[in-house]
Amino acid sequence: MRLLRRIGLVLAAPVLAIVFSVAVTSLVLLAIKASPLDTFSTMLNYAAQPRTQVLIINSAVTYYFAAVAVAVGFRMNLFNIGVDGQYRLAAMLAASVGGAVALPAPLHVVLILVTAMLVGGLWAAVAAVLKVRRGVSEVISTIMLNFIATGIIAYLLAPGRLAVTTQGSNNLGTKPIPPSGQVPGISLIPGTQAQVYGLIVLAILVGVAYWFVLGRTRFGFDLRATGMSEAAAVASGVDVRRMVLSAMVISGAVAGLVGMPQLLGASYTYSLDFPAGLGFTGIGIALLGRNDPVGIAVGCLLWGFLDNSAQILNLENIPVEIVQITQGIIVLSVVVAYELVRRYRVVAEQRDVARALAATPKDEPALAGGAGS
Amino acid sequence: MSLTNDRAIDSEIVTTSPGAWRMRDWRSVLTAVGAGILLLSAVRVLTSADALTSAGTVGAALAATVPIAMAGLGGLWSERAGVVNIGLEGMMILGTFGAGWIGWQHGPWAGVGSAVVFGALGGLLHAVATVTFGVDHIVSGVAINILGLGVTRFLASILLEGTPGGGRTQSPPIPPVGSFSVPGFGALDTIEKKHWLLISDLAGIVRGLTTNLSYITILALLLVLLTYLVLWRTPFGLRLRSCGEDPYTAESLGVNVYRYKYVGVVVSGALAGFGGAFLAVVAANIYREGQTGGRGFIGLAAMIFGNWRPGGLLAGAGLFGYTDALQLRSAVAVHALLLIIAIALLAGAAWQLWRRRFVSAAVLAVIGAGLLTWYLRTDTLPGQVTFVAPYVTTLLVLAVASQRLRPPKADGQPYRRGEGR
Repeated sequence: MRLLRRIGLVLAAPVLAIVFSVAVTSLVLLAIKASPLDTFSTMLNYAAQPRTQVLIINSAVTYYFAAVAVAVGFRMNLFNIGVDGQYRLAAMLAASVGGAVALPAPLHVVLILVTAMLVGGLWAAVAAVLKVRRGVSEVISTIMLNFIATGIIAYLLAPGRLAVTTQGSNNLGTKPIPPSGQVPGISLIPGTQAQVYGLIVLAILVGVAYWFVLGRTRFGFDLRATGMSEAAAVASGVDVRRMVLSAMVISGAVAGLVGMPQLLGASYTYSLDFPAGLGFTGIGIALLGRNDPVGIAVGCLLWGFLDNSAQILNLENIPVEIVQITQGIIVLSVVVAYELVRRYRVVAEQRDVARALAATPKDEPALAGGAGS
Repeated sequence: MSLTNDRAIDSEIVTTSPGAWRMRDWRSVLTAVGAGILLLSAVRVLTSADALTSAGTVGAALAATVPIAMAGLGGLWSERAGVVNIGLEGMMILGTFGAGWIGWQHGPWAGVGSAVVFGALGGLLHAVATVTFGVDHIVSGVAINILGLGVTRFLASILLEGTPGGGRTQSPPIPPVGSFSVPGFGALDTIEKKHWLLISDLAGIVRGLTTNLSYITILALLLVLLTYLVLWRTPFGLRLRSCGEDPYTAESLGVNVYRYKYVGVVVSGALAGFGGAFLAVVAANIYREGQTGGRGFIGLAAMIFGNWRPGGLLAGAGLFGYTDALQLRSAVAVHALLLIIAIALLAGAAWQLWRRRFVSAAVLAVIGAGLLTWYLRTDTLPGQVTFVAPYVTTLLVLAVASQRLRPPKADGQPYRRGEGR
């Protein structure tokens, strides 16, 4: 019974949030005189097509890196708003490196991935050093660093610097990565030509590594301890400054991978129209998935579903932007729901304690679980 | 989530009472402004980059300053009440749309009113999430930025598609709002044309600040003054600020902390929306998607730069607005700006040397010399340098002076009524 309630409480918040945001979305749809049921069933039907499923998985792979990058920071109370700048700068420079060299296939890919992780990690390290040495909040510094990254990319992505003009278009991009540096797709879903990004394997590996390092190593324990109570962590001998530095750098290194599925699996060049803003998607998904590797994966699939299946709505004369509203409301309501569940749990535990104390004779130990969380 | 660590806050002994501002402070501000104008003037004569202090540049700088200052002022109201607001950008976006949508149909002032309402609604949402539900302020701010953009794009595609001259991403033109010139100052033009040292510069600056002022600009400047008066000179302001410094103590003295936080955050959204209205009505005369261009965040930066004070944030916004305007008007002047910064840094190095602070003197001298070499070896600066300037400046200010910055003490901390120590 207890276990059942615990599972219920864990799932309650995300389910509540999703139900709430579907309800609000329905109201918005009604307001523009569209039928919510028809809209949702159109989206679901579209998502049932094999081709759409591939698109959903591909979006989810990209989002997964972003969300894990954010989650690493979250686990120790660090707010890496800079994932956005970190991955764009990393993708840009990694694309340039990848386009400039010729290496045997596996090495070439590894070089690009390592470059991306290094750039992302170093860019995040700026914020980490400012926090550790000068006490600057990482929230503000990473917001500033995002804009600075935008400026640097705009400067470098010009003809004569790192960009080449593509024939017959006014798009600017880095030199295309030769086939030896590309990652072939996987035909995962039957019934369609479309392929899933090969880097889905890397995403799964990152998820497993995230779970293992945080849940099963001394480092992960220290990291979570620092996040839960800095004072307790210091008392148990954790060097908080070092933890901030390493958590931020790891977060940045994972962020560096965000652009990789797109770069190595589809576009092979970093151009002006390279997807931006994924860092903020990552924040939303990390919150929804509660920093849990599996929860994040589910959140990524949900986000991918919303983003891709909404495209069909254009044909129904419903603005695609409706899903952005849904997503924003999910993020906001999921954190509200977690807070409400937390309060409910505190009250419930206090009630249990009171009941247990009233029911047990004095000499027996009252209960195992502690009150308050 | 405070902006500086505890060590920084504890070591800081600053009283927030207005009495702390003595004549000495005013004198040093005036000295700094004077020295700045003299430096600008000297460099203008040296490089003949007349755009540095021309009335046109100053006017454009003022126009670029207003939206940044309004976002910053919004941040000030919210953070003085103890709520960190990084959702300013989203509220500002809502404001640009509100101004465009109502403005093209019912005139500019109705547009401004609607922008304020749109922004305030964004603020209200932030207040509900952070104050009532105790959600992390940063999380709520991020969500509001996503939501503000999404709602705006959704509404624009429904309400603006098919309008005359408008579409999914922009509104039809908004009728212009009037402008105002202080009579008599237009004649300063002739003095400005002479290009005399200092005198022509002053003429240019004064003319830029007194001619063709949009009524919305004047209103914005009055709002800065009003904010100072309300927050620092009234019991209401004292209570609001006490909620940002120490809400539990405020509660113990009978202040309804929730209500003050709500007021602070809703006003914050309204001001950000007003800044958005300026962008739509005055700067562009239409609503256009992506119009804010991160100004909500620059406003936040200006507020930090200004040490959570209205005068300081106006100075910060002015600095950022000036570089922004200069970039649009003259590449030569932007290049000359490099020389100005180099000279300022070298002067700072000399000052530090005189005070026998050899390390900081050396650091300043090296950076200054580097910039000087950069200036001498190039003819133009890439536009991106001015784009990143506000952000780099903010990072540097935070890195160098974070020990001297003093955010409200309970800024960003959750507060629940009756759960104090």
